[in-house]
Amino acid sequence: MSLTSFLASPPSRFAARHRRQLHLAVPVVAALAALPFALHDVYLLNVLILTLLYAAMAQSWNILGGYCGQISLGHALYFGIGAYATTLLWVNHGITPWGGMVVGAALSAVTALAVGRLCFRLKGHYFSIATIVIAEIGLLIVHNAEFTGGALGVQWPIAGDGWWSLQFGRAKAPYVWVALGLFAATWLVTWVIEDSPWGYWWRAVKDDVQAAESLGVEVFASKMSAAAVSAAFTAVGGGFYAAYVAYIDPESVMTFRFSLLFALPAVLGGIGTLWGPLVGALVLVPLTEITRSYMGGSGSGLDLVIYGGLIMVVALARPEGLLSLLPRRSR
Amino acid sequence: MTETPLLEVSNVTKRFGGLTANADVSLTVARGEILGLIGPNGAGKSTLFNAIAGAFPIDAGSIRFDGHDITSLPCPARCALGIARTFQVPRSFDSMSVVENVLVGALTRRPKTRAARHAAHEVLDFVGLGSRAEASAGELTPPEKRRLEMARALATEPKLMLLDEVMTGLTPSEAREGVELIRRVRDQGITVIMVEHVMEIVMPLIDRAVVLELGRVLAEGTPKEIVADPRVIAAYLGDRHRAA
Repeated sequence: MSLTSFLASPPSRFAARHRRQLHLAVPVVAALAALPFALHDVYLLNVLILTLLYAAMAQSWNILGGYCGQISLGHALYFGIGAYATTLLWVNHGITPWGGMVVGAALSAVTALAVGRLCFRLKGHYFSIATIVIAEIGLLIVHNAEFTGGALGVQWPIAGDGWWSLQFGRAKAPYVWVALGLFAATWLVTWVIEDSPWGYWWRAVKDDVQAAESLGVEVFASKMSAAAVSAAFTAVGGGFYAAYVAYIDPESVMTFRFSLLFALPAVLGGIGTLWGPLVGALVLVPLTEITRSYMGGSGSGLDLVIYGGLIMVVALARPEGLLSLLPRRSR
Repeated sequence: MTETPLLEVSNVTKRFGGLTANADVSLTVARGEILGLIGPNGAGKSTLFNAIAGAFPIDAGSIRFDGHDITSLPCPARCALGIARTFQVPRSFDSMSVVENVLVGALTRRPKTRAARHAAHEVLDFVGLGSRAEASAGELTPPEKRRLEMARALATEPKLMLLDEVMTGLTPSEAREGVELIRRVRDQGITVIMVEHVMEIVMPLIDRAVVLELGRVLAEGTPKEIVADPRVIAAYLGDRHRAA
């Protein structure tokens, strides 16, 4: 086969299309990284940080929910594990939050495997309900345990600012970059997985379990691996969030609300797609933050009403998410 | 030289609650043959088919394949040994393109996605779906979906293909193409077991037929012997032949 005909062969055409996504991602990430130089408003930077964090969390959720089709509504558990591991290791043992994130990720992955062992026999809605229940159990344990600080939570002590402590005083830009780095990492992992055997197995499991099995796909192992990867990245996000707000309690990192907020951007943007979580987060998070600040205390809960409304509109008009507005090839 | 059979089904019994779908069924399949599994509705064809594919455990008996006892092996392990199947109602992976559907099967023998994608395109050309490779699997017409099922199964590079009513619902010309495809599959050295209702199509294609009735083996032989067997005519062909 000559070189030109080889390059034009369908597999290389696919490879070129897959690579183009990477070429699209580089300027997007670069532009987001440059934003703190243009934006100086603390409020807007805060919205940007939360947007990137939720984009990263939705991207992590999407690995299990979007690609493997296992709709977890208990990812707050993994977020909480990351937040508490990072916080307790830093506050009690002086271990850098970076180390805490790694420990949290490992703990979360192991927890996800244990949850999966229990729950992956359940199908569809039954699985989702089980994940809610398990996350609530986790919340109750953290609420009542002594080493977690119980309902009072844990305050991060004032420490020297810098990358080691992940504390930057009033500066917001470093947090933007860390959140962006986390999002870029989750995006890159998703991108690699999309054209890896696991990616195809996960989607096969999502679409049709029986057909997947008949083609040699190990269904249980596929679900378990997706759950572990998804949970690990969610925990890193929890660790970052703890460092960012420098105070955590069970309500602020582990309630059901978080499980929903991690799933919704992916659902809105396009479940099981590479760009869906970012697109969804770019719409949802600013919208939430703006309604919250305009409505003040009287509007508490209104952001969730808007979320719900948006999801209903998307479900009715565009069940495949906002990205389905684009032609198939360019997604 | 007498070769060992590729597949040996021995005294297989499968019950669903009070219903015995397969009772003491035994049959052997030689390498390279096309075996037709026929019988009236409710005869237990699909049950036996699924038992061989590993869709559920059987209650008694044993199944040997290519020198291995596969009686208690799960479905993916049987695929790895070389058993592939199609589904009566096509089950495509609709979030993926046609070629990616086939790629999933190709990964059984190739750990690298690039090589698997290459193989998937070749298999699609073989079954005549090459031009639809990049379409979404959900967009295919029903006869195309049947071909996709064949392609996916072929991509696992099986020794034995189990075809579950692949001709049902096809027009006569589509069915003729299907027959041609199955012949080409056999010419690749793949043994075929097909469950089929459409007798006119199956009879010229198969080397041997096993007729099931009420969960038991009623008769076994070449298509000629089968159509001449009075028990078979009574059980299965009877009505149609009287009508003709």
